[in-house]
Amino acid sequence: MSPALIAALPFLGALLPGLLIRAGRNACATVTGFVTLLALIGLGLHIPAVLRGEVIRTQIDWLPALGLNANFMLDGLGLLFAGLILGIGLLIILYARFYLSPRDPMGQFYTYLMLFQGAMLGIVLSDNILLLLVFWELTSLSSFLLIGYWKHLPEGRQGARMALAVTGAGGLAMIAGMLILGQIAGSYDLSDILQARDAIQASDWYLPALILILLGAFTKSAQFPFHFWLPHAMAAPTPVSAYLHSATMVKAGIFLMARLWPVLAGTPEWFWIVTSAGLITMVLGAVIGLFKDDLKALLAFSTVSHLGLITMLLGFGTKAAAMVAMFHILNHATFKAALFMVAGIVDHEAHTRDIKRLGGLRRLMPVTFTIATLAGLSMAGIPPLNGFLSKEMMLEQAAHTPPGLIGLLATLGALVSVAYSFRLIAHTFLGPQRTDYPHKPHDPGFGLWAAPALLAGLVVAIGLMPMTVAGWLVDAAAGAVTGTAAHAHIAHWHGLANPALWMSLAAIGGGLVLLGLHPTLDRLWTALPRPEAKRIFDGLMEPLAALSRHLTAALHPGMLSRYLWIATATIIIVSYYAFRSGSHLPGARALTEVEPIAAIGWLLLMAASVAVVLCHHQRLLTLILIAVVGLMVSVGFAYLSAPDLALTQISVEVVTVILLLLALNFLPKTTPRESSVPRKVRDLGLAALGGLAVGGLIYALMTRDFAFPSIADYHLANSKTLGGGTNVVNVILVDFRGYDTFGEITVLGIAALLIFALTESLLSPGAANDRLRGWVSDTPDAGDRHPLMMVVATRMMLPIALMVGIYIFLRGHNVPGGGFIAGLVVAIALVMQYMASGFGWTAARQRIDYHGLIGAGVLVAAATGIGSWFAGRPFMTSNYGYFEIWPLEEFELATAALFDLGVFLTVLGAVMLALSSLTRLAVRAGQTVNTEAFDMQSELEAEEP
Amino acid sequence: MELLVASAVGLMTAVGIYLILRLRIFPVIVGLSMISYACNVFIFASGRIVPGLPPILSKTAVAYTDPVPQALVLTAIVISFGMTAVIVMMGLGAFLSAGDDRIDLSEDSEE
Repeated sequence: MSPALIAALPFLGALLPGLLIRAGRNACATVTGFVTLLALIGLGLHIPAVLRGEVIRTQIDWLPALGLNANFMLDGLGLLFAGLILGIGLLIILYARFYLSPRDPMGQFYTYLMLFQGAMLGIVLSDNILLLLVFWELTSLSSFLLIGYWKHLPEGRQGARMALAVTGAGGLAMIAGMLILGQIAGSYDLSDILQARDAIQASDWYLPALILILLGAFTKSAQFPFHFWLPHAMAAPTPVSAYLHSATMVKAGIFLMARLWPVLAGTPEWFWIVTSAGLITMVLGAVIGLFKDDLKALLAFSTVSHLGLITMLLGFGTKAAAMVAMFHILNHATFKAALFMVAGIVDHEAHTRDIKRLGGLRRLMPVTFTIATLAGLSMAGIPPLNGFLSKEMMLEQAAHTPPGLIGLLATLGALVSVAYSFRLIAHTFLGPQRTDYPHKPHDPGFGLWAAPALLAGLVVAIGLMPMTVAGWLVDAAAGAVTGTAAHAHIAHWHGLANPALWMSLAAIGGGLVLLGLHPTLDRLWTALPRPEAKRIFDGLMEPLAALSRHLTAALHPGMLSRYLWIATATIIIVSYYAFRSGSHLPGARALTEVEPIAAIGWLLLMAASVAVVLCHHQRLLTLILIAVVGLMVSVGFAYLSAPDLALTQISVEVVTVILLLLALNFLPKTTPRESSVPRKVRDLGLAALGGLAVGGLIYALMTRDFAFPSIADYHLANSKTLGGGTNVVNVILVDFRGYDTFGEITVLGIAALLIFALTESLLSPGAANDRLRGWVSDTPDAGDRHPLMMVVATRMMLPIALMVGIYIFLRGHNVPGGGFIAGLVVAIALVMQYMASGFGWTAARQRIDYHGLIGAGVLVAAATGIGSWFAGRPFMTSNYGYFEIWPLEEFELATAALFDLGVFLTVLGAVMLALSSLTRLAVRAGQTVNTEAFDMQSELEAEEP
Repeated sequence: MELLVASAVGLMTAVGIYLILRLRIFPVIVGLSMISYACNVFIFASGRIVPGLPPILSKTAVAYTDPVPQALVLTAIVISFGMTAVIVMMGLGAFLSAGDDRIDLSEDSEE
């Protein structure tokens, strides 16, 4: 399985849970787990090759001009991280199945989880830093959804927002840093960048790039001073916390530092920035964690502390330290995920995670207690568990790194970490059994403890047999980070001369003392004034939010006429700039002669346009005048060799006027005179400028020859031979540019559905509905609602009109006509029935739903396009042939006609849906004329004596 | 002829701009329709104007006009109907909900 496919699988899988939740929660969880398992197996198949030192690549050119390639690679580092993401992901999926309550929307949860998983995999498998940035931002977004999953909790929403703000801001800084890095290296492909160490470190831009990239990594990995978002993200459901804070999200920053370690590390700047941030984070996180009573908060600060530890190791810049970092990443993921799940179980069973209200759970929850103890002791660094191994290796590295303060502080961090780990075990599970638990606790079902138990098993296995279970993976990862073959030597006993032994002993001893002093220290800590990160953060965000509100209010006051004025004026000013840079003479192309008939049409159009402005306060009159303009435009099209356009324009004109008439039924019939004279002058000036500009531009264009050879010749030459039709415009629409047309009918369909949705919302209870119900028409009704002549005429005409429609449709490929025009003609024929015989009569005889017509049209067009796949041709390749069936003459059949049928159906459905939506408003307004079926037969019978 | 087409496009644009700057929804809709006409004719005319030579292939035709802008404009005409209908519906909805057809929020109607 290629690395690209491994990264893509979770994204594809993200579609499934939302669908399969209908089949039940088990099906939903199973399919999610299956997709993850599939990716894990795909990853596993590469293990032998990666261990041989090979790098597996997929290269897909995406936007090569920008240096953005969808290149993926899998090396030892990628293997370690991808393994953690998928392996722990699988356990989280199992755990969440039993953790989430029936009230929680599970499909949504798994979809978010899979999106997040895919984004993380993308980061660790990217071989292009621009691609990596895309996935990096995706993790920020998908983690926002996960942290805020319980939307009803304000802490959840605030925590999600804070995480997004901090990691998103860091991500922005990182984009800048990565761009600088790519510029220095001359490529955005990681493989190339990793070769450019000397060029990068010698560059003047090294320090800015380093700081910007580290900002991204530190915010993501919650390093001091950005550590504060992580504890607030604990408002998420526990499976999310376990996933984000053990194996994935916060490890992304660590991953990035490890990934770029070969080119960035080893300089004094790197050493001081990274080491000190890591060291401070490690000690600070541990100290704050010791005084947290909430189990998850304690674990959150412990995570902060351990991330600091790993960051510090990467900061040392030595190969040995980098290897220890890799080992600790693995160990931390195992015990921390297990502990988060345990915290979730305790919360689930005892209905509290407050340590002060717990204690004595040992006998009530023996299984949970065992898991928690193993994982907790590992976190404390007690032999022989895996946490001990990496912590002792870390202390050794710290001891050997000058200045001596590093070793001292590292020991202090380890000491406090022992204290909070013991506190977690002792104050939750040991001690006397209590009687006042909010809920009587007992061990949960197997489903809930299976995942943490497996992880606890790993903790023990790595602890007992480190070289067998984890050595190879650490070697592979460390080899990929440092660029040279690495051989870990992991052992429990390094001899008495090893300083790490004494540091470890001091940490354990000091930790136990600290735990003993905890009640006293706790009172002291509570009394001490401390900066509250959330308040500082809110204090910073509030002015920003106020500024943005202020700007929005100033720029967006709801004055549409002002926006339109500004937009028009801006366009004119910008055009003026372009105008000044060009020549202002008309072109030399020969002018076309003016015939008298054209001059008459032009006069009519100009007069009607001027009249529109003069009479626009009389709305009905405006409508008539604008129809004259439209008519003249259609005639103009016909005169200027565009018969298809003329037919389309004239039929659209009819439906537009009907539409506006229907709308005018509800709107005031006059526009009040409310613009002041200066305002009118101002607008007239702007309008004149705009008109002059557009008119001048098209005149300049028309009086010049084509600047480039026109593509018209290609279409004219190939229309018959390739498309099989002689009406070139129609062949372009349904064949050459069929894909565009497909997009356009889709847009038309969406517009019609939007109109339908608007109508639905107007007809649902609300102000608009009330107004419609109490509607009193301000114009008198016509004397005869259904003039008999019109009824008879339209009914007689219907079959003829439909036949004309079919005729126009069928001939469209070779002579003017086609799906668009036929759809409009048939729509007009149907609308005439509405007008003459009333809504009720027509609706009762209408058997086809207009929504269905739109859908069928788009589907038919799509199916025609897909059909060409079966012939082994690209999407929407057309085909045609000539047939002769007695007694008919030879005729042509083209797949393009089928596509045109789709166009026809969509246009018909869209027009009818738009117009009938307006009619529904009239029915609600109590226009009885439309609700009762009008029938000639009954009318005549009623008249007979 | 070119001058006639250009002046028509210019005038229709000017009328359209003037009307969309009015304060009520109906003139704005009419103004948008005028601008649609102007735009469609503009794009059509960018293929240069040629009377009497429709792009319908035949053995007797001596030449053809440019079919590409025609194909572009044909769908544009239909879609502009769709868009006009959406705006009409929105305007109608605003009028029915608020009881007046102004396009600007007045000072007192703000919360």
